[in-house]
Amino acid sequence: MIRILRQMFRTGIATEPIAVANDDNVKIMDIKLSKTAKRCLRKSLVIRQVDAGSCNGCELEIHAINNPIYNCERFGIRFTASPRFADMVLVTGPVSRNMEVALRRTYNAMATPKLVVALGDCACNGGIFGESYASCGGVDKVIPVDVYISGCPPVPEDILQGILKIFIPK
Amino acid sequence: MTTLLETLMSELGGEAVANKHQYPRTVISLIVPKDKFVVAAKALKKADAFLTAEWATDETMLGGGFGIYACYRCDAQYLVVKTKVSEDDPTFPSLIKKYVPAYRFERQMSSLMGVIPVGHTDMRPWIKFENWPPDAWPLRKSFAASTLMPSVQGDYQWIRAYGEGVYEIPVGPVHAGIIEPGHFRFQAVGENIINLEARLGYVHKGIEKRFEVLSFQDGVRLAARVSGDTTVAHSIAYSIALETMTGCRVPQRGHWLRALFLERERIANHLGDIGAICNDAAFAFMLYQLSRLKETLLRTNRKLFGHRFIMDRVVPGGCTVDIDTEGKAEILVELDVLAKQFQRLVRIYEENPSLEDRVRDTGVFTPEIAKELCTVGVVARASGLKVDCRVHQPFPPYDSIEVKVPVLISGDVHARVWVRVKEIRESIRIIKHILENLPDGAIRTDISMPISESEGFAAVEGWRGEIIYWLQAGADAQINRCMVRDPSSVNWLGLEQAIKGNIVPDFPLCNKSFNQSYSGHDL
Repeated sequence: MIRILRQMFRTGIATEPIAVANDDNVKIMDIKLSKTAKRCLRKSLVIRQVDAGSCNGCELEIHAINNPIYNCERFGIRFTASPRFADMVLVTGPVSRNMEVALRRTYNAMATPKLVVALGDCACNGGIFGESYASCGGVDKVIPVDVYISGCPPVPEDILQGILKIFIPK
Repeated sequence: MTTLLETLMSELGGEAVANKHQYPRTVISLIVPKDKFVVAAKALKKADAFLTAEWATDETMLGGGFGIYACYRCDAQYLVVKTKVSEDDPTFPSLIKKYVPAYRFERQMSSLMGVIPVGHTDMRPWIKFENWPPDAWPLRKSFAASTLMPSVQGDYQWIRAYGEGVYEIPVGPVHAGIIEPGHFRFQAVGENIINLEARLGYVHKGIEKRFEVLSFQDGVRLAARVSGDTTVAHSIAYSIALETMTGCRVPQRGHWLRALFLERERIANHLGDIGAICNDAAFAFMLYQLSRLKETLLRTNRKLFGHRFIMDRVVPGGCTVDIDTEGKAEILVELDVLAKQFQRLVRIYEENPSLEDRVRDTGVFTPEIAKELCTVGVVARASGLKVDCRVHQPFPPYDSIEVKVPVLISGDVHARVWVRVKEIRESIRIIKHILENLPDGAIRTDISMPISESEGFAAVEGWRGEIIYWLQAGADAQINRCMVRDPSSVNWLGLEQAIKGNIVPDFPLCNKSFNQSYSGHDL
């Protein structure tokens, strides 16, 4: 136990202020959210992540925003297991034909207001996998998308800034 | 290993002919008549060979019919056995009685290519879901990649268990955490799991078909995205397969840089894995500490090589980024800090009895079953199998770098953690060796196009295990077929065996300790 405590004190606070994201990588569509909803979600956002066919690269970066350095929980961002609790669904990968139904069901299970973020080049437009017998292409081919964050995979600061930007009052 | 070839030739009664199209020449390739396909498997099983892959090709463009291939590894030797079947009678004898991994390979072949393994006991489609038309075989040349398949009604027959107190837990495809999709079905009595059946294929994006419309040069970008966490190893494997076909000689510096990227990828992923395993045993401290270390590595990657996972930096012919003296110094300092901090955390792992209670004797994957299933990589090394392509089939520069392969025999979660711990230490040593001995010169050379019908092969040890690429050139310098075998294709079968008799709450722990790729398996 003493070693654990010692290690904790030695490490101190690892969290860093987040670097400025590249604005070109984040595209926010016209989101119809009331002022109250924006204010509430700004500091308490629950996300359900769905891998709809990604290569696992984007998942690694989503893990990274959970690490102590990017520490997304300081902004009240939390990942949940159930879509019923979620305010936002974060979708990665081109939507594979075999995941299409599961993605629709996840989306339908969420309560409104619900936000959809397409994360990564594949989710934005199908990426290198394109559209084929097995891939439906980008996420917007299956469910309506509110925010596009591009990159292969997007770097953690782009992901965090992209999500936070939605709630900045205009 | 001419002796192996001689025994095989005598068993086959001289009916086998050497396949002249296969490169590199160190890989033995034979074409046998259909009825001798199993005879070859039998002889190789007797010689203690492992089945590493089995696949089918559509050879319409190359003279018609289908090619059925089985690839074996016997000690340090890779051997490809091919047989041809006609379009009218696409049947071939199943290898399932000799080799268990053929179970999944052959289901996949029959689902996607429409060739029929005679004697296979389970012909349920694999990867092809029940809502696909039964006669849709995407890997056939007659099937256009852009086909929009209609949705049909169908049902998947699960393996069921009956009896008093037996119940079923379906999990997935959308899991609780941030992981890839797959479906697992447990049959349990109380807390004890009596059977687990996995169903994968959710992330099937048609990668193998996609390769066929890309040029040889562009293929590497797709290979880098077969499994995003193993991007370097997949790029290297694809590149080597192509280079062997064209006789391209990569400059030594290019080879050594590739190895540098590969070892950095190994350390980063192993750090993440150990943390995640501890986290699944409710010891979140380790996850946060190790992910902090992992992050420092990824940041250095971005600073020096321009990408956090070093994606697209390995290309056929060499690499696209070099390292300078400052970069070298930076990595050396980083590794010293990492080694010291990692050591402290390993000590905490070792001295924590409540963690030990969870990881020891959990998810035991016995050496016997591991051998039977031809398992590869970390999982195999934790179950007593000394398999590592860096040692067996050393691709450059590993022919001049000594690699110590850790092997444990207990096969439990702890063993899989401990193999990773030892590999991190070994990789740190290898990177230091690479940086000290990095040859001067160019990092990349031009690559010509392969001649038609030639076949390339590569086996590369990624952080999960042995990755195999097999490329076949078409008639007009196009990719006719690119077979990708991620270690997950064989290791997923192992998880089903390791979990039997464990309690349901230990499943996440076992699954994390295997940590197989869904995307690499589903393709």
